Amino acid sequence: MTFINYMAREINCKIVYYGPGLCGKTTNLQHIYERTNPDAKGKMISLATETERTLFFDFLPLSLGEIRGFKTRFHLYTVPGQVFYDASRKLILKGVDGVIFVADSQFERLEANLESMDNLRENLAEQGYNLDEIPFVIQYNKRDLPNVVDVDELRQELNPRGVPDFEANARDGVGVFETLKAVSKSVLTELKKSGAGT
Amino acid sequence: MVNPQMVMYEEEFVQIQTIVDRLVKEANAKVVFIVDKNGQLIAASGDVEEIDTTSLASLTAGNIAATGGIAKLLKENEFATQFHEGENQNIHIQLVGNRVILVVIFDAKSSLGLVRLRVRKATDELNNVFEALVNKTQDPASDSPFAEITDDDIDSLFND
Repeated sequence: MTFINYMAREINCKIVYYGPGLCGKTTNLQHIYERTNPDAKGKMISLATETERTLFFDFLPLSLGEIRGFKTRFHLYTVPGQVFYDASRKLILKGVDGVIFVADSQFERLEANLESMDNLRENLAEQGYNLDEIPFVIQYNKRDLPNVVDVDELRQELNPRGVPDFEANARDGVGVFETLKAVSKSVLTELKKSGAGT
Repeated sequence: MVNPQMVMYEEEFVQIQTIVDRLVKEANAKVVFIVDKNGQLIAASGDVEEIDTTSLASLTAGNIAATGGIAKLLKENEFATQFHEGENQNIHIQLVGNRVILVVIFDAKSSLGLVRLRVRKATDELNNVFEALVNKTQDPASDSPFAEITDDDIDSLFND
């Protein structure tokens, strides 16, 4: 749910990184945090277990700049990817404006990707959203590893709708900002559409 | 529309800020702030310079969401009030109209009883303001400034 504050001249949007366990959601956020100008970012919060697996969420507030005199702020969240944290994932999707699905390109994770994509669709539907209608982009992560599935095949399995998709290696930052920009743009375009009263 | 926006106008913002400012004084609190259930900070008052309100807002909303999840499992509607007691500071969290969260941080200069009393009064007042705000936002006559933004406006944000 976009929050438009006329008093502070701000638009606030919520972006959620979704995907199977260990696909690189937190790594995406860490890279964005490291590479963003200190003026444009807040503190990154990670609610993680002792072994650094996401327990509840990671959070990173970002400012993108002004549009028609309104500051645009994006709140980036990750969900915990492990299957048994489903209750927490549902909570984090509340009020979401745009979703990035981070897929793990490795052969052995193909099924986990599909399962997580189904789970995303179901959990969004529970909140009254349709995955086919909200701003959505896909990132094929870990392209640097040797045992990866061809992008064409991943696309066929995960992206039948043909939403914007990107190859990435989040650990080295490849494709991270491209993915974020694509979803942010899509969120703002959606905002424009809804503002037009359609 | 699937995704209704929350909009804050000057008139309601001033009313909310007045309630929050008064609550800081009347409850002898250090900080009072209001967050929506998605973690966006709406208003804050008191010694806000000392704390990271953005992080606090997001964590408070996460906390409320998790507690709400527990309530659902127990077939409770909501746990509307939470209280966390620390060594030096305490935090009182109150759901207002199942829409926004009122957070009061206080120390030994105040007491839980006083905070609860003042929060109850403020909750009623805030409820009225947010009720009015929701009606105003749903009014089709209220136009959004974003109807006029162009693709170029959006593109220019991303030209580094």
